[in-house]
Amino acid sequence: MSEQVGVVTWISGPVVRARGSRYVGMLELVEVGEDRLVGEVIGLNGDIITVQVYEETSGMKPGAPVYGTGLPLSVELGPGLLKSIFDGVQRPLPLIEIESGSFIGRGMRLAPLYRKDRWKFNPTAKVGDVVSRSAIIGTVMETETFEHRIMVPADLFGTLTWVAPAGDYTIEDPIAKLKVGNEEKVLTMLQRWPVRRPRPYMTRMRGTTPLITGQRVLDTFFPVSKGGAAGIPGPFGSGKTVTQHSIAKWADAQVIVYIGCGERGNEMTEVLQEFPHLVDPRSGRPLMERTVLIANTSNMPVAAREASIYTGITIAEYYRDMGYHVALMADSTSRWAEALREVSGRLEEMPAEEGYPAYLAGRLAEFYERAGYVETMNDHIGSVTIVGAVSPPGGDFSEPVTQHTKRFIRCFWALDKSLSSARHFPSINWLDSYSEYLDDVADWWQEKVGKDWLKMRNHAMELLSEESRLSQIVKLVGPDALPDEERLVLETSRLLREGFLQQNAMDKVDAFSTIQKQIRMLELILYFHERGLRIVKHGAPISLIHNLPIVDTLIRMKSVVPNEELEKMDDIQKQIDDQMSQLDVEYR
Amino acid sequence: MSDVIVQSGQEVVGVSRITGPIMIVEGAANVSYDEVVEIRDGQGNLRRGRVLEVGEKTCVVQVFAGSTGLSIDGTRVRFLGDTLRIPVAEEMLGRVFDGLGNPLDGGPQPLTDHFADVNGQPINPTARIYPRDYIQTGISAIDGLNTLLRGQKLPIFSGAGMPHDQLAAQIVRQATLGAPTDVPSTEAEQFAIVFAAMGVKHDVANFFRRSFTDSGALTRVAMFLNLADDPPVERLVTPRAALTLAEYLAYEKGMHVLVVLTDMTNYCEALRQISNIRGEVPSRKGYPGYLYSDLASMYERTGRIRTSEGSITQIPILTMPSDDITHPVPDLTGYITEGQITLGRELDHSGVYPPIAVLPSLSRLMKDGIGQGRTRGDHPRWGAQLYAAYAHMQDVRSLASVIGEEELGEVDQKYLKFGRAFEKEFINQSPTENRTIEQTLTIGWRLLSMLPKDELTRVSLDELKQYYQGEDAKH
Ligand SMILES: Nc1ncnc2c1ncn2[C@@H]1O[C@H](COP(=O)(O)OP(=O)(O)O)[C@@H](O)[C@H]1O
Ligand SMILES: [Mg+2]
Repeated sequence: MSEQVGVVTWISGPVVRARGSRYVGMLELVEVGEDRLVGEVIGLNGDIITVQVYEETSGMKPGAPVYGTGLPLSVELGPGLLKSIFDGVQRPLPLIEIESGSFIGRGMRLAPLYRKDRWKFNPTAKVGDVVSRSAIIGTVMETETFEHRIMVPADLFGTLTWVAPAGDYTIEDPIAKLKVGNEEKVLTMLQRWPVRRPRPYMTRMRGTTPLITGQRVLDTFFPVSKGGAAGIPGPFGSGKTVTQHSIAKWADAQVIVYIGCGERGNEMTEVLQEFPHLVDPRSGRPLMERTVLIANTSNMPVAAREASIYTGITIAEYYRDMGYHVALMADSTSRWAEALREVSGRLEEMPAEEGYPAYLAGRLAEFYERAGYVETMNDHIGSVTIVGAVSPPGGDFSEPVTQHTKRFIRCFWALDKSLSSARHFPSINWLDSYSEYLDDVADWWQEKVGKDWLKMRNHAMELLSEESRLSQIVKLVGPDALPDEERLVLETSRLLREGFLQQNAMDKVDAFSTIQKQIRMLELILYFHERGLRIVKHGAPISLIHNLPIVDTLIRMKSVVPNEELEKMDDIQKQIDDQMSQLDVEYR
Repeated sequence: MSDVIVQSGQEVVGVSRITGPIMIVEGAANVSYDEVVEIRDGQGNLRRGRVLEVGEKTCVVQVFAGSTGLSIDGTRVRFLGDTLRIPVAEEMLGRVFDGLGNPLDGGPQPLTDHFADVNGQPINPTARIYPRDYIQTGISAIDGLNTLLRGQKLPIFSGAGMPHDQLAAQIVRQATLGAPTDVPSTEAEQFAIVFAAMGVKHDVANFFRRSFTDSGALTRVAMFLNLADDPPVERLVTPRAALTLAEYLAYEKGMHVLVVLTDMTNYCEALRQISNIRGEVPSRKGYPGYLYSDLASMYERTGRIRTSEGSITQIPILTMPSDDITHPVPDLTGYITEGQITLGRELDHSGVYPPIAVLPSLSRLMKDGIGQGRTRGDHPRWGAQLYAAYAHMQDVRSLASVIGEEELGEVDQKYLKFGRAFEKEFINQSPTENRTIEQTLTIGWRLLSMLPKDELTRVSLDELKQYYQGEDAKH
């Protein structure tokens, strides 16, 4: 299936040049050397083929053969993706471990999806059906609760001439035959799709449902809609990974694709060891059962890191096409951009900013464009939401990756070193962050909680901006110089910051808040402010309000009141009433 | 792993250009990428190098010892047919080697047929064990607030003239597997130590050697020394040689290994030098775009794997040029390592040892190694509270510097007192003082008790009841 197409002439790290056939295609997958290391054609010039190799090239020599495959870099799609962990070019890491031990060896050719498992196929189409691209022809329970919808490949359509009866099949067994023109194609549950080509859908729609993450600062203040794209830039140690992990754990998506792109090995191990033991609050099943992990850590080959983003997004689109809501996390897109830069540098391309190739912005745009809320080819609604971490050098947001990313996302969660140093987590700066989805999702909130979320949210934001202005003054003259009404703003803002925005990912009760809890917490803090304001206006000194026991209660309620016991919030409201009424009476 | 180190290869004359430590060799056939070469100068002296880039007729060779004394006509190059390997053996503990792994102590070559590739191979994430066992260093600012775990990579970010060496030596001297206070302590396990020096002064190497000798650890230490007057290019190999031995000891011999690498800034400068000579497109401050990946290829060689009892814990030391934490070396390091111990110039000036600036310090793995059954149940929230209080104190301190201390409110005055006591009694300790985690926690509670109770919102009400000893302890 693969014939020699060239001979290696030059090697520099992951970039190899060969002389050979003019029939090799751009982006074709090739195998290099006796070890048959997998690579991809990234340049053609006369008879010179430039290849980026997905494995370490130590020991390779000029004169080594290059074999063509005629295929572009593709991923395997089918039942068995969930619960898996792959490297950047979809090699199954657990099998690699069995083959080569604790350290990743070279030249390992392992099929991404396990061939021997049998899946209970349940046909939903019948002979004679005229089926379009991505039409659903059957289902398989991929986990106890997850229905994997078997689709006609996204580039085929025709008439079904045979459909397998219900029964147990491997992913390579025929399950249907499709007449395409004069040809009959055998369909299996296993299909392939080239990673650099977006999968087709019918129409793109405006997403009006937020992706609920359980993170208060995100859901309430800076929501991303399902099908939207968010960027999360921050210097090291500011909380990108913890935030991404929290979203992967708690977001109300049906499938999570988590890409560890050029980051730490231990962080992937953490997910692998933790997710099977955490229960998805919605399905009641282990979180791992809705998760696909792509791990191309910082010490793994850099060209495969470049590919990892595409591998992940293609898998996400595949589940979207079944009619599911998928959330994709990429930690970190900066490492992917650096992989581009490294390969570009070895090609001696003309650099643009900071050594990055001029096509950086284009690549970022292509990636984020693959997010979307769509009507699928088979009339379902599905979405891919992208949350990309950005790691700006020195925490400086003016660098190229952050700047270009900002052009293609509509939700910006700016992490702030000074907040994380003070252990305010998640250290998302409420003044620098923004979401352009606020209006899109407002109706959804109204419908779900029956309250004017946007109004409350905006009121809280006003208080926080006011606080920021006032604290400039406080820094110069101390708080005592401010009138009590303004000091109440400081007091309420502290409640908002410590009691609402700060959320401890390591605390069982606090790690995840339902929208009901979020809105109730916000409501109580604003209610405190409203009552307090009345009293202060009547001349009560701020110190009296500051010393009320309710202040402590409001700060602690996030970790004291579980999601399931929100009636306790009524009790807190009553405490506000009781304590404030006393002051009310005194200062009427 | 191959047990052949030297294959007789072809010897060629064909050096066409020499620029700094980089040599272009023409006319050699059958050369492989990353291969080791042996270079013979006109006098017959040998030195080693490595192939950085190879084409059909030419290749680029990096000469570890530099090119001084090499001439275009008189130089011969032999290609050895393998990547760079060093011998690895348990008996290397107690020995001193140069930056390429050759004995420096007058002793023989280690007797072994086990030669390992200095580049190592990436650990498969599925094969790792997530670190959970804490190491007690006896230093409050570390054990209490930036806990170090077995299998963690935790660098010291320092600056010229600060006591990073003393601190690292104290950690090495005092490190024991911390026994949870509520579990009977196991026999104290001792770490094997692999020490790599890159471009540091003789004094520094001697200081560490003395420190290892004094604590009786010398027989458990292997030292790889590339000092300030040694060839800079060699230091690109030094940490890799050290880590190669560490991996052997940890993963094949089941030992717990502590690796100290100093100074990573010198390493990075050597890398920059090579990159610049090759005319590569620089990213920031002239460092190559692949500096991140290059550092990761060393830092990620830390951890634990399921098939071995052993572990590798890394403490790289780096000096931040102009104390600038956003400089590419600390910045990229911080992006890879699992936190950082940052030393502060102001604390150092005010005589605090160790001058650990707690706010910019972090141990990312701490959360998984502390708390009930590990250190003590209150530890996580106690830590969060100390951090929060100290961070607030910094704001108060800057306000006080503007409006004067007397103008501060009563509570803020307490914060100021707390801050001073925190620096003097918690962070500050003697270089020989080895505190238990109990002692550290107790000091912390005593300091928190200087603040009004209702300021302490990070700890639980139960914990307040149990540990708070301040004025309003009653209500
Ligand atoms: N929501 C959170 N709750 C508690 N701690 C957090 C939270 N977010 C971050 N942290 C702390 O900050 C550290 C660094 O966070 P991390 O996500 O690893 O940073 P980054 O990926 O930006 O380098 C974590 O190890 C943890 O101690
Ligand atoms: Mg991270």
